[in-house]
Amino acid sequence: MTARTLRRLLLALAAVPWAGVSLAAQEARVHGTGAPSPVVVASKPFGESYLLCELFAQLLETHGISVDRRPGLGATEVAFGAIRSGAVDVYPEYTGTGLLAILHDTLADSLSGDARAVYAHVARATTERYGARWLPPLGFENRYAIAVRRETAARFGLRTLSDLARAGGLLTGGLTADFIGRPDGLLGLQRTYGLRPRAVKPLAPGLKYQALAAGAVDFIDGYSTDGLLAKYDLVVLVDDRHFFPPYQAAALVSARLAGERPAAIAVLTLLSGRLDEPMMRALNRRVEVDGEDVRAVAADALRSLGLARGAGAAAQPSASSAGGLAGYLWTRRATIGRLTLRHLLLVVAALAAAALVAVPLGLALERARRSAEPVLGALGVLQTVPSIALLAFMIPLLGVGVRPALVAMWLYALYPIARGTFTGVRDADPAAVEAAEALGATPRQRLLLVRLPLAAPVIMAGIRTAAVITVGAATLAAFIGAGGLGEPIVTGLALADTRLVLTGALPAAALALLVDGGLALVERRVTPAHRRRVRDHSASSSTPSPAAMRPTTLA
Amino acid sequence: MSGAGAPDTSIVSAEPAHAPPPTSVDARGVVVRYGRVTALDGVDVHVPVGGSVALVGESGSGKTTLLRCFNRMVDPQEGRITIGGGDVRNQPVEALRRRIGYVPQDGGLLPHWNVQRNVELVPRLLGDTDARSAAAAALALVGLPAETYAARFPHELSGGQRQRVALARAIAARPPLILLDEPFGALDAISRADLQRAFEGVRTATSVTTLLVTHDLAEAARLCDEMIVMRAGRVEQRGRLAELRAAPATTYVADLLARALAGAKRLWGEGDR
Repeated sequence: MTARTLRRLLLALAAVPWAGVSLAAQEARVHGTGAPSPVVVASKPFGESYLLCELFAQLLETHGISVDRRPGLGATEVAFGAIRSGAVDVYPEYTGTGLLAILHDTLADSLSGDARAVYAHVARATTERYGARWLPPLGFENRYAIAVRRETAARFGLRTLSDLARAGGLLTGGLTADFIGRPDGLLGLQRTYGLRPRAVKPLAPGLKYQALAAGAVDFIDGYSTDGLLAKYDLVVLVDDRHFFPPYQAAALVSARLAGERPAAIAVLTLLSGRLDEPMMRALNRRVEVDGEDVRAVAADALRSLGLARGAGAAAQPSASSAGGLAGYLWTRRATIGRLTLRHLLLVVAALAAAALVAVPLGLALERARRSAEPVLGALGVLQTVPSIALLAFMIPLLGVGVRPALVAMWLYALYPIARGTFTGVRDADPAAVEAAEALGATPRQRLLLVRLPLAAPVIMAGIRTAAVITVGAATLAAFIGAGGLGEPIVTGLALADTRLVLTGALPAAALALLVDGGLALVERRVTPAHRRRVRDHSASSSTPSPAAMRPTTLA
Repeated sequence: MSGAGAPDTSIVSAEPAHAPPPTSVDARGVVVRYGRVTALDGVDVHVPVGGSVALVGESGSGKTTLLRCFNRMVDPQEGRITIGGGDVRNQPVEALRRRIGYVPQDGGLLPHWNVQRNVELVPRLLGDTDARSAAAAALALVGLPAETYAARFPHELSGGQRQRVALARAIAARPPLILLDEPFGALDAISRADLQRAFEGVRTATSVTTLLVTHDLAEAARLCDEMIVMRAGRVEQRGRLAELRAAPATTYVADLLARALAGAKRLWGEGDR
């Protein structure tokens, strides 16, 4: 009976990867032939980038160009990687970032302070090297802004970055991972100002303001147009040595869009020179501080610029004021349901595909013991690769969207399943296996009739572990635009909107519990009778049978 | 994935429905080496049709290795094993094994199958359409009625019952030959007596050719026609117990007999049994 259950389970698993294939195919169809494909508009995961992405998208839509929104892509490497591979057509970028993080370039000191010279250089070099194109600047700069609390500034007499460097040994920085690693970030500050903070804590972009306000850190890297600077009454330190290069915002477009869609380029260029710093600060404030819907804010902005036609994009009614968290979640139940379903589909597809490969792999390794540890070790090392790094690595190969996310999740799920299969089959009751051999069972029969059923609980334990890992990893898939419950989490973090974060985090946690619980039932079902009844046995008799002394699971 | 190149599930030529006649078994000049260790060093064995022979000796004497040569769980480097005159290597190894009953020391029952399925194993491997009644007959023969025991799992049985199920499994497909590897080894005296009775019942009913490995001379004498005393991979002596006692061929055989006798005396107080 258990063998049959196991076989049925494996059959069911075999059917599931098609769900993933169809997800990916659905996506491919959208980008397929026929009418002009939608323009893929993306952003990086912080508030202003979301807002600009939405401005681009609505502007294109008012001109009858269909749009595919992919906001919140990992970081510069992910977003620009997607532009290079053509997976994304346009996203907002800053010239300073282009210079240092994309071109890995430096300019002569005489030029590095000159916004126009930097733009000209970056635009030319980017096109020469990668084919991608910078549209004319949008009109505002968004430099790095090192901010401290007002009382910190008063206590240490901080006005400039030189002051900060002097007091640095006493202060803790809360910096985004991006900033810590970049030559135009902390590394450059150390070189130029000799800044040596007491400690540096890496923080998610959406959390740093709260961390600073709460006193968990003493200074953060912000952006000069951040709406939160005003909200928390922070002091921005003056860059007295002109270290930070100019960060003019502009649309960065793919070679494909620039070459094939002149109409779209023309529409996007309508925004050039139209956005100034006071306007951006006000818009950012509405999104980040007042918690208004990005779509509504973007629609208002286009209207006030005279760029909206007719009623503009339908602004979603903001339910933010109604009720508590429960009410908030209730009004979003449709969205949550859709995201949860997509999340589940991603998880199940990746998991099933992993089981289809890892179970046979585990079996093969059991036959080739010599290579077992090296292969399993290599799969184990994959577990240590941070998800974001793995996702970034996928982009040149698979673009953005469902496919790279599925592959990354699949890679994470391989190890626990392969390890469970290998261990389970290796340790299956050797006396029973040998008896079956001596009575004339073929190697195949020994595997199907004896070893696999005996190993089933251990294999299932591996699949369960993989499932829980995958539910978590799928949340990060939002960083490369695969959707799912990570979407509100990433957006919520970027917009400092806790309720939005919970919109994704609560269902994700529930899903993890549900998947684990469901698989626990399956595990119990595939557990051979002699192990399943162990519990009844040890409960009813005081002397444990030999079977009762075996561990029930190895989880 | 299945290596060997042997046919797997189906045996092409269906087995006869009735028990094939018992067969004779021979080993000639069998040599088995594990690396530099020689486990069997030129051994000859003959079991006549329907005969029963015990392989006796201490641990490491090579008796189990010899037994495993007959169902090719061990392949000798030299020598020849024949069953009913035919070389064991002349057929696919699975086909050979399905026609040889086997009871390992620990029973080796499949823990996730109930008694019924365990006993049906070999008939099913042979494609027997009526494996159920074959199993029931075998269970009856070892004194475990199917009505009571068929649905139980191995862990729900006593050690002695488990060994009797293993014996039933070995004879369910009515093989012409059965091999028993110290089946009584780990049992208490009462279970042991039950199993011995079951074994004698099987022998009486089927007169199947039998090879039994044991380290217990008394048991060998009781259950088998003849015994072969082994030591360090060689045959020391063969014959009935009386013949061995009358003329032990070596001091080793004499020692073995003396120790068995002393044991019996300690148990029973005085004299021979």
